[in-house]
Amino acid sequence: MSEEKVLFLQGNEACVLGALRAGMRFFAGYPITPSSEIAEISSIELPKVGGRFIQMEDEIASMAAVIGASMTGVKAMTATSGPGFSLKQENIGFACMAEVPVVVVSIMRMGPSTGLPTSPAQGDLMQARWGTHGDHPAICLIPSSVKEMYEFTIRAFNLSEKYRTPVILMTDEVIAHMREGVKLQENYEIIERKRPAPGAFNYQPFLDIDGDGVPPMAPYGEGYKFHVTGLSHDENGFATNSPEKNEKLLKRLKYKVDKDAEEIATYSEYLMEDAEYVLVALGSVSRTAQNVARQLRANGVKAGLFTPKTLWPFPEAALKRHLSAAKLVIVPELNLGQLVLEVERIVKGSCEVKLIAKASGELFKTDELYNQVAGVIGE
Amino acid sequence: MNNTLEYMRENRLPHIWCPGCGNGTVIGALIRAIDALGLDTNKTVLVSGIGCSSRAPGYMKFDALHTTHGRALPFATGIKMANPELNVIVISGDGDAAAIGGNHLIHACRRNIDITMVIINNNVYGMTSGQYSPLTPTGRLATTAVYGNIDRTFDLPSLCGAAGATYVARASVYHVAQLKNYIQKGLENKGFSMIEAVSICPTYFGRRNKLGDAPAMFNWIKENSTMYKQGVMEYDKQIVIGEFVNKKDPEYTKSYTELIEKLGGNK
Repeated sequence: MSEEKVLFLQGNEACVLGALRAGMRFFAGYPITPSSEIAEISSIELPKVGGRFIQMEDEIASMAAVIGASMTGVKAMTATSGPGFSLKQENIGFACMAEVPVVVVSIMRMGPSTGLPTSPAQGDLMQARWGTHGDHPAICLIPSSVKEMYEFTIRAFNLSEKYRTPVILMTDEVIAHMREGVKLQENYEIIERKRPAPGAFNYQPFLDIDGDGVPPMAPYGEGYKFHVTGLSHDENGFATNSPEKNEKLLKRLKYKVDKDAEEIATYSEYLMEDAEYVLVALGSVSRTAQNVARQLRANGVKAGLFTPKTLWPFPEAALKRHLSAAKLVIVPELNLGQLVLEVERIVKGSCEVKLIAKASGELFKTDELYNQVAGVIGE
Repeated sequence: MNNTLEYMRENRLPHIWCPGCGNGTVIGALIRAIDALGLDTNKTVLVSGIGCSSRAPGYMKFDALHTTHGRALPFATGIKMANPELNVIVISGDGDAAAIGGNHLIHACRRNIDITMVIINNNVYGMTSGQYSPLTPTGRLATTAVYGNIDRTFDLPSLCGAAGATYVARASVYHVAQLKNYIQKGLENKGFSMIEAVSICPTYFGRRNKLGDAPAMFNWIKENSTMYKQGVMEYDKQIVIGEFVNKKDPEYTKSYTELIEKLGGNK
């Protein structure tokens, strides 16, 4: 019997270890607070396992480089924060359109613009869904703990490989810089991208041969000689102006993620069984909200906490299922109201939704949030 | 020599380029250089950005990545870093490489990463129908410079040489033999190579500037070019053809491979 492995890790450190466990062998990045540790640790660890690290000349270039690396069949990741996430958006769209699996870590800091570089915030939630132009699928995982930073990074690679699409791993500065004890499992499922049969050189890189919306992906350099473009393209990967082919492509890109949205979407619940007052919170705020829910229960208030673990797709059906006893949904978040928009869309007026917004660059403290939640309940 | 058509995707024809465009001449030189070296076409990747010239990989039978505007080099850098065994060739234009992609160009030169870049310089943004580029000569006309361009031009060989590229040359669509030879030497160089191919755009540059049709523009290049002599660079007055840099320096991916070996990462 093997001993349980417990590590004391920082969130960003756990992210790199999870990436290596998932098989990351390429990282390109650019220095930016509060994600720089991810680049630093990658630069130390990757060459030791035969992987490669490169610090590019800017954020745009590092996004481009990970896509290029992935085209050769290598699992690749980049990491950034606010301004850098904005700069990466065009090439994230390229990865959506060209269907290139990559993982993009974005550690949220206070914005807009340069904002407060070392202060936590949750202001980029909608950017993770609609940051790049045009219709496109989006998968975004949101860890609330250091252990989840490790495990969700593995899952981010798995989902990107499975769906041949970029996956965003996003959280706030608190989770990225926090240190916690992490008990790791012995085995994690690791998913590899589908490939065409060896030597099948009549390969069509964008033909949905399995009917799951995800065409197999060949690596460059093995004789397939295939063409990939960010232009709207046919099943052979060549640019087309055909209205039918364009619509078919965009609908398939949406379908490949949408069809499994309920399976991809995850969440956690705390004291939710008969909850009348439902807190919905993510990232570091969910940690504070858990304390608040527990204290409210101790004081006789039937409170519970629902934490989305995937922001996109949002765990929509699960949230609806958990609102049977709800009188009021309360959404505390470190911005001026973003998560609340998605919650309101799902609740659709079945009960009242109240926002507790904080945009000072500070995290919620338990007493502070308790008083605000109690105040909202008392109204 | 193999039939050059063996390297082409004939089923992709007709191409999108205008009559008289220089792009086909540059592709011909590139294909003959690849053929002369016997490069393994299974191990050769073409990368391009956005613009007329960047459509070239779509007509050629290789693994190909047609990327975002100006970003061909960082995509190519990821490919070359992740699999250094691949021959990586970037085809770009003057707007793509020198304006929006200018920062990537100087850093690829600085790293001396083993990528060969052919920049087709037609002095204008052709795909968007004739705006001035960083390589539109001062005084010339463009849709965004109808009063005459007041911008000064980059001299790409000087820029790339100063930034650290180890092979730098310029030829033109008139100097086809030199163009093929320079691309061939660029492909042989283990490091970053930049070959500027001075080209013609009769549709958007020639017509507006009253330079005549394609044959007249070829003649214009012939009459206005001179061979490079050491220490003489008169870019503003003449098109200087020749090899400007040909030296040996450590190559980036090789240096990284040595680091991996030192750390025992190669197992």
